[in-house]
This record gives sequence, C-alpha cells and structure tokens, in this order.
Amino acid sequence: MSALAARIPSREQVGSYLTWRRLPALLAFGLILFALVYIFFLAKIPADNGATNWRTTTFGSAYHDPSSFLRVVLDSLTFASALFIVASGFALIFGLMRTVNMAHGALYLLAGYIAYEVQQKLNGSPGISLDTGQVNTWDWLVPLLIAAPIIMVIGLIIQQALLRWNQGQELRQALITIAVAVIIADQIIAHFPRTVSAGAQRFGGNAVDLTWPGWTDRFVNLHVGGVQYSLARLDVLAIGVAVGVGLWLWLYRTKTGMKIRAGVDDEKMTSALGINIQRTFAIAFMVGCGLAALGAVVWASQSNISSGQDGQWLLNSLVVVIVGGMGSIFGAAAGALLYAFVANFAATYLPSTGPDCCTQYSTIVTFVLIALVLSFRPQGLFGRPG
Amino acid sequence: MNPATWTHQQRVERTIAAIALVVLIIWPAAGWSPYWAHQILIETFLFGIAAASLIFLSAYGGMISLAQTALFGIAGVILGNLATSGGAGGTSKGLHLGWDPTLALVVAIVGTTAIGLIGGAVASRNTGIYFLMITLTYSVIATYTLGQVTKIGGFSGIGGINRYTPGWIGDLLKHPNRLYYIALGTAIVVYVLIRYVVRTPFGVSLQGVRDEPIRMSSLGYAVPLHRTLAFGFAAFLAALAGVLYVWWSGQIAPGNVDLPETISLLIMAVIGGLARIEGAWVGAFAFILMQNYISTSTHIPLVGFGGTLFGGSFNTVIGIIFLVVVIVSPDGLMGLWGRVFESKRETSGGG
Repeated sequence: MSALAARIPSREQVGSYLTWRRLPALLAFGLILFALVYIFFLAKIPADNGATNWRTTTFGSAYHDPSSFLRVVLDSLTFASALFIVASGFALIFGLMRTVNMAHGALYLLAGYIAYEVQQKLNGSPGISLDTGQVNTWDWLVPLLIAAPIIMVIGLIIQQALLRWNQGQELRQALITIAVAVIIADQIIAHFPRTVSAGAQRFGGNAVDLTWPGWTDRFVNLHVGGVQYSLARLDVLAIGVAVGVGLWLWLYRTKTGMKIRAGVDDEKMTSALGINIQRTFAIAFMVGCGLAALGAVVWASQSNISSGQDGQWLLNSLVVVIVGGMGSIFGAAAGALLYAFVANFAATYLPSTGPDCCTQYSTIVTFVLIALVLSFRPQGLFGRPG
Repeated sequence: MNPATWTHQQRVERTIAAIALVVLIIWPAAGWSPYWAHQILIETFLFGIAAASLIFLSAYGGMISLAQTALFGIAGVILGNLATSGGAGGTSKGLHLGWDPTLALVVAIVGTTAIGLIGGAVASRNTGIYFLMITLTYSVIATYTLGQVTKIGGFSGIGGINRYTPGWIGDLLKHPNRLYYIALGTAIVVYVLIRYVVRTPFGVSLQGVRDEPIRMSSLGYAVPLHRTLAFGFAAFLAALAGVLYVWWSGQIAPGNVDLPETISLLIMAVIGGLARIEGAWVGAFAFILMQNYISTSTHIPLVGFGGTLFGGSFNTVIGIIFLVVVIVSPDGLMGLWGRVFESKRETSGGG
C-alpha cells in the first residue's frame, strides 16, 4: 500500500524522518536492549532479608543463574513448538484462502476433549487424571488418531457448507466462522467432559487432563549447565520440528504443495490451468484443522484442556500470524518463537517485588511485541507487503 | 430539511423515528412497564452506543474493530478505580481512590480515548480483516490484563460503582428514570454527533481513505492519521457506553469484556447492519430482547428449547441466529429494510 508515496519522500518528509520518525525506532531499540541487559546481567534474586527492588526477579540474571535461564529458554522453545503446530494450521488456511478461521480455537478445544474421552475409554473410564504409568504409547496415539480425523471432517463440513460459496468475502467468512465458534464452544460446555469420576457431578467445560505415555515421564540430563529437562516437553519440541519439516516438504516438494503455493499466488490463473483449486482448498482446510487437533492433543497432554482455552488459542494463533506475517510457514515459525520467548520471559523475568508487581503485567508485554512489530512492519515479519 | 425532497424511504424512516422517539421519551413518565424501561431499554441505549462506535468504524473507516468492548470495559474500570472509596464499597476490589466523581468521569473518558488513540496508531496501517485480527488481540489482551492485575480489580472486578455518581446527576439507584433519560439523551447525542462528524472535512476524507487509501495518500492525506483519529473517536464513544454501563449495572469485571462479550457486541452490530449507524440500536434491541425472552420461551419439539438448543445455552441459539443473519443478509436488519424499498423502486422504475 502507498508504496510510491513511501518511496519518494518530499523534502519536508525527509526532515521529519530525521527527527520524529527516528524517535520511536530509537526508543524501541533502547527498550529491547534494556530488556536483554536486564535479563542477562541486571536481574537479581531477593536479598537475604527479603528486601526487593526493581532488579528483583525469581531466578536472577542469566549470568548469575545460567541453568534457570536455560530452562526458561527450553520452556519457550517447547511452547513455541506447540504454538507453531496450532498456528501453522491457521496460517495455512489464511495464506491460501484468505479465510480467517475464527473457529480454530474452538476446534482446538473440541479436539482436546474428544482425545480425553477416548483416552479415558481406553483405560476403563476412571474419570480422573490417568497416571503416566497406566498409559502406553497406543493409549496416547489412538486418541490423537480419532480426534484429528473428526476435527478434519468437521473442518471439511464447515468449509464446504459455509465457506466455499462465498470465497473472497473475507469479512463475511470471518463472521461465519465466529458464529460457528460460538456454537461449538457452547455445545462443548453442554456436552463435555462426559466422563467424570464415580459419584462426582458433571460440570460442563471443566478442566481435564490428557496423559503422556509412561516412557516420557522422566528427566533427561542435557549435560549443559547441569539441566535436567522433561522428556515430554522435549517430545513437544520434536513433534513441532517434525510438523515444520513435514509441512515444508509437503508445500515445497510435492505436487499438492505446488498447487497450494500456486493458489496462494494467483487463484484464478491456477484454476485456469486446469487445476482443481476447490479440491486444493478443501485439502488445505482439512490439514489446517487437523493441525489444530494435533496441537491440542500435544499441549493438553503437557498442561490440560478446559473451556476458555478456545479464546486463548485463538489469541495465540492470531498473535503468531500477526507477528510472523501471513502466508508462509517461516512466518508462523518466527512468530511462534518470538511470541513464546516474549511471553515466557515476561512471565519469568519481570520484576517480582510483591503480590502486586509486576509479573502479572506479562500480557501487556505481548501487546508491546505486537505494537513494535506492526509499527515497523505492518505486514508482519515475513509477510508480503500489500 | 424539506420534507418535499425526501425519498419514500426517508419519509417512512423519519416518521417511524419520530414516533419511536416520542414513545421513548414519554415511556417512563407514563409509567409503562418499569422492567422494560430500566432493564431492556437502558441496556439497548448503552449497548447501542457501543455498537454504533463499531459501526462508525466499519461504515466510514472500513475497519472492523473488535476492541470496542475492551475500551468500553477500560472506561468502566478506570471510573470504578477512581470514583469508589473503600469501606463503603464492602469487599469489592480496586484502588478505591475516592476521587470526585465528576473528575473521575472526565479522566475515564479521556483516558480511554487516549488508549484508543495508541491502539489505533499501532493498527493504523492495516484495514479490513487484518484490523479485525489486531483489534481482537487487543480485546483478549485487555481481558487477561484486567483479570490478572489484582490491584485494579482483578478477576472478580469492581462493584458498587453506581453509588458514586456526580452530584449534578444524583442518586441513580433512587431515581432510575434519571439514568433512563441520561442514556437516551447520550444515545441521541452520539447519533447526531456521528452524523455530524461524517459530514465534516475529516469525515469526508475518512471515507476517501476507506475507499481509496492509495489515492488519498498520493493526494497528500495522512492515511494512518485519519484511521488513528477515527479509532480514537470510536474509543470515546465506547467510553461513554462503558460509563453508562457501570452506572446502570454498578459493576465491571473482566467477564464483561471477554471474548463472548466481544462477540456479543459484534453480533448486535451485524444483526443491526454494519452499513448504517441506526442499525446499532436496532441490533442492540433485537439482541437484548432475545437475551431476555428466549430463556423463558416455550419448548420446541426434537431440538429442545426453554433456553437450550441441543442441550446448549443461549449462546447456541444466538450463534445460529447470527449465522443465519450473516448468510441471508450480510447487511443485517437494516439491509433487509433497505431491500424492501429497493425492490419497490425497481418495480416502479421498470413499469
């Protein structure tokens, strides 16, 4: 947009660039620099007498406590991995069809609950969190292999029945998927979780746990700074990397991927060349929804699944895509990494000087991240201009 | 204002509007259904203002904002923190600064407008669907921040705010009719203000920015600045609605600005119609009527009713209604209304 106006600045604009336009960039650079210096050197654990000041944090600086720092880095990486799995599905759909799938979070939630029900059925429906010792690899894979196809079929139905005939009307499609999200979220509260422990009352949308297979329930010595790290979380990282590589191979090394990328660039020309673009759309939509389901099963095994996470994961997907830029898996990966690091480090390394300050302000830091990226690159880090 | 030059549609609409206005003005004075006056109608007026701020941005700026509910809540939270004083407020949370309510009112509105200007500036180089996504993140971030920061209210929010109204307004709990007329008056002022603003040079160039941002930019107009100012103006309107809301309900909590509430406001605006300001109050009225009466309506065979559909709550019902509206008439009820006259004009022109 306004590329011409931006490229040929008038004399007045050049003058104002040197003064006013530079100021935000300098401030932003200073802010980032300060945050890095703070995390690496300035942060301190509380003094022995409990006195706190603006430098007080839980772990202290990276220089002072490298193993805690490394753990936060690994937490950020694994969270980024889960973010990437979910948001790459959102980005795939948006990049190809310009459809903002507002039901992405609701599908995430539905997948998590379906997987929970299946895992409970496989283990005699105790209605309480399963012990990792009870769960073998199949008890984890089967719920995934049931939940993901169900979500993919639901996605296909949404796409074929509600989105196919109004292709190109971005706003209308967003509103339609919002309506679908409202209905799905409400029906989840009405019907899930179904399995509750004997005698307990069923509360719609209650938090429930998926459980990792037993073999993941141990800590791995990383031989770096003496860090012992959860194997389950490393699995999340591995699955995220596998999804990334798989998506890359699929999009850049197969015929279907070639059609999808051609469709992203020029939908009309692609279909004029005799490629069934509607089938490509349907496949991409199903894969996008399937990734939401995979992300849900992976991350629900790590934390839990409860009503309200639909909004949380819609936000996560949006932030990743807004920051990373639309249309490429590299954008989704970059957005996921940045968002995860900023969110985790804000939650850990904001000063903690009592109950009222300041780690609970970490969500605002997410806003700062969005504001910084959008001020300098309105189309996101890897987005194409226009 | 020469009635002879009005089109048929304008004549009908203005007659209906005049009758509606007269009825609304004499409603509480005549003592008709206080439940309607103090619940449904006040709620319609104030949510209509918030929906009008959304429709203003959409119709004249080409920006669909999902941040209006958040701004609405931010105004309420600022007012609640500044105006209430501890002790009398019971166990309710918040800063309880006990400021003069008039000053608190001004700070709440100015502060929300300032936050709106910042948010608008960040999003100002995007429009349409991108703007919708960015403002949705604002809304969710605002909800989490209000919920997590216990100092300014936290998860449970602030209560008893309607006991701290400015002296020149008086006790709204004792005189609910006064709140009715304040809300009605504010709604009328907001409507007239929007109609005025879109006719000013700023409003006209904003519509230029909506339709042809590149041309406007090469003509020398500051496109992002126009969008930022429009967003700031909409934040001001949302703040008015937020203040009225806390005076009406007395409390504000993160639950008032969360995702379902954000979507409810969007549903009101869409049901009314995103193309015309009048649609805001039409949509708000339709939504609030459904909210109040669907839960008590009778049973429908097979799907179940009495507030539920397939076992769900009001949200399933409103979700389906919203879906139908978006599919059948993307311009909402106002669009349907407009089509009635369009088809008449076509038939008379063809004959």
